[in-house]
Amino acid sequence: MSQSRTIYLDYNATAPVKPAVVEAVAQALATGGNPSSVHSTGRNARIAVENAREKVASLLGASAGDVIFTSGGTEANNLCLRSFHEAGRKLLVSAVEHPSVMTTALALGATIIPVDQNGVVQPDSLAELLEAEGKDQSVLVSVMAANNETGVLQPIQELADIAHQYGALMHTDAVQVAGKIPFDMKVLNVDLATISAHKTCGPAGTGALITSVQVGKMQGIQTGGGQEKGLRPGTENLAGIAGFGVAAELAADDLARTDEIEALRDSLERQISDFALDVRIFGADTARVGNTSCFAMPGVDSEVQVMSFDLEGIAISAGAACSSGKVSASPVLLAMGVDETAASSAIRVSLGWGTTQDDIDEFVAAWKALYGRLGQKSEELTAA
Amino acid sequence: MAYSDKLIEHYENPLNIGSFEKDDDGVGTGLVGAPACGDVMKLQIKVNPEGIIEDAKFKTFGCGSAIASSSLVTEWVKGKSLDEAGEIKNTDIAEELALPPVKIHCSVLAEDAIKAAISDYKEKSAAIAKGEAAE
Amino acid sequence: MNEQSHVEFKGENMKTPIYMDYQATTPMDPRVVEVMMPYFGAKYGNPHSRSHSFGWEAEEAVEAARAQVASLIGASPKEIIFTSGATESNNLALKGAAMFYRDKGKDHIITSVTEHKCVLDTCRHLEQEEGFKVTYLPVQENGLISLDALKDAITDRTVLVSIMAVHNEIGVIQPLAEIGRICRENKIFFHTDAAQGAGKIPLDVNEMNIDLMSISGHKIYGPMGIGALFVRRKPRVRLRPLINGGGQERGMRSGTLSPPLCVGLGEACAIAEAEMASDNERIRLLAKRFHTAINDRLPEVILNGDDEHRFWGNINLSFAYVEGESLMMGIRDLAVSSGSACTSASLEPSYVLRSLGVEEEMAHTSIRFGIGRFTTEAEIDYAVEHIVKAVEKLRAMSPLWEMAQEGIDIKSIEWADH
Repeated sequence: MSQSRTIYLDYNATAPVKPAVVEAVAQALATGGNPSSVHSTGRNARIAVENAREKVASLLGASAGDVIFTSGGTEANNLCLRSFHEAGRKLLVSAVEHPSVMTTALALGATIIPVDQNGVVQPDSLAELLEAEGKDQSVLVSVMAANNETGVLQPIQELADIAHQYGALMHTDAVQVAGKIPFDMKVLNVDLATISAHKTCGPAGTGALITSVQVGKMQGIQTGGGQEKGLRPGTENLAGIAGFGVAAELAADDLARTDEIEALRDSLERQISDFALDVRIFGADTARVGNTSCFAMPGVDSEVQVMSFDLEGIAISAGAACSSGKVSASPVLLAMGVDETAASSAIRVSLGWGTTQDDIDEFVAAWKALYGRLGQKSEELTAA
Repeated sequence: MAYSDKLIEHYENPLNIGSFEKDDDGVGTGLVGAPACGDVMKLQIKVNPEGIIEDAKFKTFGCGSAIASSSLVTEWVKGKSLDEAGEIKNTDIAEELALPPVKIHCSVLAEDAIKAAISDYKEKSAAIAKGEAAE
Repeated sequence: MNEQSHVEFKGENMKTPIYMDYQATTPMDPRVVEVMMPYFGAKYGNPHSRSHSFGWEAEEAVEAARAQVASLIGASPKEIIFTSGATESNNLALKGAAMFYRDKGKDHIITSVTEHKCVLDTCRHLEQEEGFKVTYLPVQENGLISLDALKDAITDRTVLVSIMAVHNEIGVIQPLAEIGRICRENKIFFHTDAAQGAGKIPLDVNEMNIDLMSISGHKIYGPMGIGALFVRRKPRVRLRPLINGGGQERGMRSGTLSPPLCVGLGEACAIAEAEMASDNERIRLLAKRFHTAINDRLPEVILNGDDEHRFWGNINLSFAYVEGESLMMGIRDLAVSSGSACTSASLEPSYVLRSLGVEEEMAHTSIRFGIGRFTTEAEIDYAVEHIVKAVEKLRAMSPLWEMAQEGIDIKSIEWADH
């Protein structure tokens, strides 16, 4: 990287790994061992995996026995949806889900639950759809806890209660809330949740599906050895899982800093909206995760903004990282009723444990400069 | 699957390995298990005229738990009467050695081996008694 | 938590337990760890972030790793899909190809009875849930399939042949080039599970006409949690994905790639490619030393699997009249396995050895010794001492050994079932 200092504000794509996590990973890589081997090398590896399982479970208020380690959030979401689809359940998913839920759900003939202009699933909409499915159809509802692009939070507890009233199971993709807000599966009454290590300051390549549903009622995507109760065969990613455990444990510290990070985000939003009246912050009227901000600079294409910030040494994103360079307006924003022009000028800024007030101030300065160069012209156009 | 210290001690320093002359009058031999199943236990008792087991020996083809179970029961039966020895339960063996669930069958095999040895001794002494009576 | 300790042996200070379970997992090569670590720390970009240099740097690293993997097997980087490991690669190859081509009237798969559990389970799944027909080829006494049996099994509905490269339990190498030729002649895809073969024996996907190949990171001194699937582009093999999402890996495998894991697999492949010849020569000499010493000192020890077509880093021995688990307990200073790690908790004798026609009682006496990049001569000598001592002690307390010495045929005895 050419810049002397880089400011990383793309925590929702991947979060920088914490030093203690790196240490745990390095140690596990050096020690090695196949957790299924019966000799002492293998047993030590097994202990490391089981310790991590406890910690990951604890972060989401679940039991260790409920954790099925996977290769990441995408696989965990696939495992959940495909398993219950196989078991004959109809899938109901929200219109703002991550592609790993959305594309899978569409391939499996799911029904989409609409969202309001804030990107929130209204409990009544869910109830209506469940009512329409009828009593004989068993259902799995999957609604993400917080959106990856806007940070908008869903009323998970209410939705779970409604799902249960209709005998449905409730899954939530909790990838973007784990370690950011307190999230207790038992309190919220959700049956299944997805979590990803690298969004929780752990290593990429590890995630988990947490399930309180009886394992016998589920079926894996892969067949093979009996690892992870047979739901996810394959030798465990020892180093990744060990790192995940430490990351989950440290995430508790981040929870204590939630307010601080939210204050940084609010300062950013206040500064830019005070500066430019036409800036539009998506989801600002509803509850959001404190680290995420998604806003549009009218008339300036997202890609142009992102590139300009990169030249300034600031890493942000135009939406989800996985869209593989596709330049198209965010389906999430479109589902919220945002018009295509506004949606294609949106950027996402996401903060984390390493973010400082200086980072925010530098971002704001760069944003103002960019607005000065490109934004005003469009303002004139808008005015005209 | 960690093994208890007692089990490891019996495996590493098994007591009473060996054989008695099978055809000796006071000797009862039990041979249980099958090679194809992965365990075979040969347990022998030497009984004195008062009906007390004076000595016991074993040879076992099987896992560590099977060897430890054999070693333990040969210790236990010594000094017991046949009836007392016959009352040894597999659960006692499993408990003493803290056998993991997948190894419970080893203790069952050890119980079977004592019973087989006792009944072999009884059959043999009955046959001898019969022979003596016939004389 | 670390039970490692040191022992003095022949004047050398040796770390115990001595690792001889290279087929379950290999220790990481420190050179691999070194290139990976920066990507766990400072270089933390998401390789799919197209908007900033963190992402580009990660993407570049991932692509360089892809090229390293490709080079090891003579493929093009575009033909390499990163997965979470060989189990996923095998699942993706089999289910992916089977499900894609089912609509085209292809519903028959050929594999062998000694494949890895995940291939067999996947085939059984396709049989039971998806209506496929599967032919499980038997193996000969040496562990190799018969090419004539393969030819006879092929029908016009056959879509795929899946035969592993190097066997995980007995180390035999299947005749891949011949299988590949037969498959190509019949326009059938050839998948090989090369988890134990890639980086260990020379493999060239073009020379061998391989269309799909599964590779594992942690069997070649790389990290766990990553593997690769080679998917041929010409003639093109198409797959239905198992995991949908962001469309990564050309849509065949969604999910954020882990740059450190990809980089680790790449480096492991590059090292394997550069050092295969010298590694193998060393391993062969150590294996020979080991096998000869055991045979010289212990009667009735049998090497399982072909003694010519084999990878010598895997020596599976049956010690007659000594039960395998008790032997493993007796050689606790050696980390070894009585079979594949994922089934080692079960009490069943290995289905692989049974398929070779090994008698059940002999299958119970088998142990697999793995020799690898980090095995030393002193370790081999220490292992031999330990094994000989333990086998002699256990034979002395084995009723079967006693019978054999007395000339009693154990097969003549009526054994009770229990």
